[in-house]
Amino acid sequence: MIFPLLAAAPTYGLPAYLLLSAVLFALGFFGVLLRKNTLVIYMCLELMLLASTLALVAFAHFQGTLDGAVFVFFILTIAAAEVAVGLAIIVALFRKRHTIQVEELNHLKH
Amino acid sequence: MSDTLFIILAVLTVASALLVVVNKNAVNAALGLLISLLGLAGLFVLLDAPLLAFVLLMVYAGAVVALFLFIIMLLDTTPGAAKPFKKMTIVASLVGAALLVSGICSLAKRAVLPAAPETIAVPSMKNYAEQLFTTYLLPVQVVGFMLLIAMLGVIVLSKKFDQTEGAK
Repeated sequence: MIFPLLAAAPTYGLPAYLLLSAVLFALGFFGVLLRKNTLVIYMCLELMLLASTLALVAFAHFQGTLDGAVFVFFILTIAAAEVAVGLAIIVALFRKRHTIQVEELNHLKH
Repeated sequence: MSDTLFIILAVLTVASALLVVVNKNAVNAALGLLISLLGLAGLFVLLDAPLLAFVLLMVYAGAVVALFLFIIMLLDTTPGAAKPFKKMTIVASLVGAALLVSGICSLAKRAVLPAAPETIAVPSMKNYAEQLFTTYLLPVQVVGFMLLIAMLGVIVLSKKFDQTEGAK
């Protein structure tokens, strides 16, 4: 433990962190299915990504290896690139269609 | 102390994540994402990874949420224009999310972690650097190239091409 103040025998182990990660992931999933604003859907996607990083860090901590934590570095890098490209696509979409509500973006349907 | 902090941070993270999902205003959703990130960074510190918590705050809170807010203000979508959710959609998404949680929980109950290695790696800056520059050297370079490609892609996407250019 880096902070000795926090070292007093934590009772919340891996299952608690995994449950929290699952709940966060499910909340993000719920948002992706429910919301109609493309930007908010994107935020919920980010939430799902963060939940998975929490699971990875918890696994790495309770296993005593660094591999999971190093993976989180890569996930953060990919997420940064993904957000930049995704938001650029949303802006391009808004320029062309003047809306970002998903129910109005149905040109492939008809 | 650690337990109390875990509960506080977990509740903070989940509550603000809920705020992201249910809030009608996109700006409030972005701020909820920010608070959720702060809670998650605290959890990372609890998990002995302060470096990752710092990187998370730098990349997400510093860049991603700022970018989101910037785009929200640029696009200027009126929150009043949004249609209300259909009941069917709400029920279906709730059932989907609940199934996901139960699935993950049943998997986590039965999962067995492989035996821990004999030497427990200390999550220090030096050990991260050693991993990144020896075992994961190729992925680091690939990720660097991917960032470059993403940058080029964003420039191409946001550039306004002349409409008459193709006709000539």
